Amino acid sequence: MTALTLPRLTLSGELKAIGHRLLAVVVLCVVLSFLSGAFFTTGNILNVLRQAALIFLLASGLTLVILTAGLDLSVGANAGLSACLAASVMLATGSALLGAGVGIASGCVIGLGNGLLVTALRLPPFIATYGTLWVIHGLTYWFMAGATIHGFPPAFRALGSGYWLSVPIPVYLMFGFLALGIGFARYTTWGQEIYAIGANPVAARLSGIPVNRRLALVYTVSGAMAGLASLIFLARLNSAEGDIGEPLTLPAIAAVLIGGTSLFGGVGTVTGTLAGALILTLVLNGMNLLAIDANWQPLVTGTIVILAVALDVLTRGRAGANR
Amino acid sequence: MPNVTLALRGYGWGRIPGAAYMLAVLAVGFAASSNGFLNGANLANIGMQSTILLLLALPMTLIILTEGIDLSMGAVLTLACVMLAAIAVKTGSVALALAGALALGAAFGFANGALVAWLGLPSFVTTLGTLGIASGLALVMTNAQSITGLDDNVVFFYSGRLAGVPMPLLVGAAAYLCTHWLLYQTRFGTYVFALGGNREALRLAGVRTNAYLIGVYVFGGAMAGLAALLLTARMSAAHPTAAIGMEFDAIAAVAIGGTSFEKGNGWLFGTVLGVLLIGVLRNGLNLLAVASSLQVVAIGVLIIAALLIESFRGRV
Repeated sequence: MTALTLPRLTLSGELKAIGHRLLAVVVLCVVLSFLSGAFFTTGNILNVLRQAALIFLLASGLTLVILTAGLDLSVGANAGLSACLAASVMLATGSALLGAGVGIASGCVIGLGNGLLVTALRLPPFIATYGTLWVIHGLTYWFMAGATIHGFPPAFRALGSGYWLSVPIPVYLMFGFLALGIGFARYTTWGQEIYAIGANPVAARLSGIPVNRRLALVYTVSGAMAGLASLIFLARLNSAEGDIGEPLTLPAIAAVLIGGTSLFGGVGTVTGTLAGALILTLVLNGMNLLAIDANWQPLVTGTIVILAVALDVLTRGRAGANR
Repeated sequence: MPNVTLALRGYGWGRIPGAAYMLAVLAVGFAASSNGFLNGANLANIGMQSTILLLLALPMTLIILTEGIDLSMGAVLTLACVMLAAIAVKTGSVALALAGALALGAAFGFANGALVAWLGLPSFVTTLGTLGIASGLALVMTNAQSITGLDDNVVFFYSGRLAGVPMPLLVGAAAYLCTHWLLYQTRFGTYVFALGGNREALRLAGVRTNAYLIGVYVFGGAMAGLAALLLTARMSAAHPTAAIGMEFDAIAAVAIGGTSFEKGNGWLFGTVLGVLLIGVLRNGLNLLAVASSLQVVAIGVLIIAALLIESFRGRV
């Protein structure tokens, strides 16, 4: 097949590409440490990193989807159902490993379902995943029937609240999957094909890329990452309820968009998404420290989403495209 | 029913959506499996409950015809309920409260439309953002508490009757007739189809496409404001999460009704069928004691069934 001419960025190149976003992270840190004495403490910084890790894991798979000019609105609901299934399996068997396996598998299955709706039924991605959002949501409520599951094995809880060398375990996962994401997107053929599909699906198909199979892959990966993120969320909350995944979707989408991945596909990086997750977490953390009511959070996240999309559209000069 | 034949003349019998057949199958099925389904009171109840959904689904049809979507409608409806109840409790005036809800809905519609038309933002992410803003505002304004203590003159709009006809049915019929007139009898309606079908041609023909596109979203927001009156009257309270997610039912009704997400292909009366189908489905499943969480799953299956039927008939 024809070689794709995507610049193979080095790590320093990658950092340069998201330089102004890292600058924003630094500026936010400086401003917040002036506003609140509690900000620049080891405990709070680790807390921010742990929170960012959760959002990043959810958003990293979503980044791949958005790179193909798609969207996965079901990540939060997916994480919710996966967490509840994992929790009930763990409660029934007492095995952390089995529970984790079920959580990730459920994420994969839902992701694959999204992929099939988008490729086989040729539904617009946002409609398909918006539909699965509510279907999964309904299944989760039915499955939980208002119950709360708690009391997980300590080995599992370490996934969310444990430390290694005094750094939270989710942070290691965050950097691990960042490396994996960069490696996949930049240095594998499949990764480059994903960029190509997002940039121009027709050209991608004509140059021999199996577009439908790559799309199915991307939605499955997004589902799997939602499953993984759900485990970390579950381990930290140490309890599962029907609405556990609800507050996760908007932040994940916001992180990807702040990170500079274009909704129109073909442009963006997983590293940018990490910066986006950090920026969003810092804003929400700052609101917490300044004792702003948590009810304001969806409002602020929603505003950030709109601003990020506006920035995307205005800087890329894609005005006029309605979807 | 003269308006039905009018609607059909506008579109043609050849394009009866799968919804009509599914509606017949469901109705027969529920009538056979549940005693309570086929009595006058229950059927009137379906109609009354469906009206609120109809008020969202009608403008959603127009928005989808322009190749857009409005995910914020449920959240805007919720916020409008809060606004309406707050004004009604404070002033005791229904007119003032309704005006407030309509203005709020129209303002959100304008914001959505302006971001989509002027800045060219994708509608689904824009309205996802305003969804967050509206649902956040509803929580902040009420401190996550319900607003109660509404007068009977608000409740009248759901449980009252005018000349023997339940109020919601009157409001629903009026909303349908107005939307039908707008879409099929006015220049605005013609442009709505063209906005989705071929926006560039419309713009080159000298039409101020942005103004019309914003108008479609403002119409949607205002209808959500009107729906707030019925929903608040029905619950005789405003809950800060009352209608979150109701836009899913509205989008489902439009999709089941045979309106395509692309190219401005669609039919307003199909949406009415879709709304009735969802109303019948939810009502029948309620009578069979199926949990409301599973009803959403059933609607999801219904959408896929409708899309499959349409694609087998070769017109997706």
